[in-house]
Amino acid sequence: MSTLSERILGAPHGNYVDRKVDRAYVCDGTGMLTLETWKRMGAARLSDASRLHVFFDHIVPANNSTTATLQHELREFACNSSLTLSDIGGGICHQVMSEGIVLPGEVVVGADSHSCTSGAFGAFSTGVGATDMAAIWLTGETWFRVPDSIAIHLSGSLRGGAEAKDLALSYVNRLWMDGGTYCALEFIGEGVKTLQMDERLTLCNMAVETGAKTGMFYADDITVQYLAAKGQTVRPQVPETCTYIRNLELDLGDIVPVVAVPHRVDTIKPVQDLAGLPLDQVFVGTCTNGRYSDLVRFAKIVKGRKVAVRTIIVPASRQVLSEAVRTGILADLVDAGCTIGTPGCGPCLGAHMGVLGEGEVCLSTANRNFRNRMGVGGEIYLSSVATAAASSLTGEITEPEVA
Amino acid sequence: MMQGIGHAVCLGQDIDTDLVIAGRYLRTKDHSQWVAHVFEDLDTSIAPRLKGAVIVAGKNFGCGSSREQAAIALREAGVVAVIAPTFARIFFRNAINIGLPAIECNITCTEGQKIRFNLADGWVEAEGKQYPIRPLSPRMQEILAAGGLVNYWKARS
Ligand code: SF4
Repeated sequence: MSTLSERILGAPHGNYVDRKVDRAYVCDGTGMLTLETWKRMGAARLSDASRLHVFFDHIVPANNSTTATLQHELREFACNSSLTLSDIGGGICHQVMSEGIVLPGEVVVGADSHSCTSGAFGAFSTGVGATDMAAIWLTGETWFRVPDSIAIHLSGSLRGGAEAKDLALSYVNRLWMDGGTYCALEFIGEGVKTLQMDERLTLCNMAVETGAKTGMFYADDITVQYLAAKGQTVRPQVPETCTYIRNLELDLGDIVPVVAVPHRVDTIKPVQDLAGLPLDQVFVGTCTNGRYSDLVRFAKIVKGRKVAVRTIIVPASRQVLSEAVRTGILADLVDAGCTIGTPGCGPCLGAHMGVLGEGEVCLSTANRNFRNRMGVGGEIYLSSVATAAASSLTGEITEPEVA
Repeated sequence: MMQGIGHAVCLGQDIDTDLVIAGRYLRTKDHSQWVAHVFEDLDTSIAPRLKGAVIVAGKNFGCGSSREQAAIALREAGVVAVIAPTFARIFFRNAINIGLPAIECNITCTEGQKIRFNLADGWVEAEGKQYPIRPLSPRMQEILAAGGLVNYWKARS
């Protein structure tokens, strides 16, 4: 009886396997180094280009001419070599991959640590660095050590003001920053059925914050329906009884709104305990919480009111932005005083579009609050969308209203 | 490089790659830029000690971003090897891929002490005492022995 990783990689945990990669992707940051390294491998050879994706998402549009020049080279290469290009404004790589590209059972590799996000579809999806990616460009393959798996048993359903993000921060807190090292996390149990795809993506996205290779959900009816709406026909995966090296039980009904405090993502406090902490900025977006459903929840809370602190909202993809335009929630956000950024990573990695000044405090819906990440001397608190919305209206950390 | 010697530079646990090299310095092809700013956000006194150093870090070294620039910055700064009880897996792969030994071993670190290692034989030696290391897979040994994945593939194409 196998774990999902063992099933997809085709060998028991602990074994080293060479596997053909179904989808491989780079972003503007890692892509440049991948290209440079691929050239150094002496390779005019490129494996099946239709499986290779290039995303411009991290610093878009380019913030200065140095970046622009570097991006130009990668863009030109992608076009000339017929790689699948998602140019500026297309959105964050992980989000676009989850809009009908990654399918259950696939092996997916991204040159970005949050490539674990697509595990939400029952794919084996993980991150590598530029040199590994260059070798994949060359051969279409890479090696893996089939991971041990940790089961996160979910029961009950979320209630009150708690969101999937609070659950994500809570499991990271339970495992700590390295509790998942070299392992895959499998989210199983009855509680899974209460979680929509967007929520599952948020949960898998943060798997790497425990050091895990990936986070995974078995494809079920919810997955099948979500992908059907994106034009993909897939079948559910049936879990088998299998052995996990660790079991973590979480009752969704026990999850309360929490905030990860600087500078560790695994150190959380109930929002209640931090209520009143003054903020300089609220940031909503990223591959963790920049989806359409996130924008809807935010808009619902701020509609007809005014934010009390500078609030930056960056839709995770063009599809997200487009839907927000069509349904009118973008107008609600703008009218409430929010600033809208180009679909992509925004200020998450501290390069542009909302970096913090010395001593400034930001409440962010992202996944990392490392020291100086969003600007030297800035402090990052991580929360759910509902907490971010409530806090944007007061200018201080505020408990989300209970619906 | 399968064996080597260097002086210990001691670091704490959970050192993330943002701390090794900050995101604001990534957009360049000039590797000397990464050397110039290595560990800048952690402690500016570390960089001058890196030439010929064996970094001895706590658990989970290299967590966070997949940026390979972190491993490259260390190698270019003259780091001979990194030793830690556990590594974040992307950093671990990145390091081996660029020919920087990442050695899984739990040793007590004394600043400046001589550290020798031999990966083929599977040991680290500090202050006259030998410690066994978690062995690398045969593939990783081949990559490291070739001096990294670029040379590994060059030799095969
Ligand atoms: S949104 Fe942030 S965490 Fe996600 S890929 Fe972009 S920089 Fe990385």
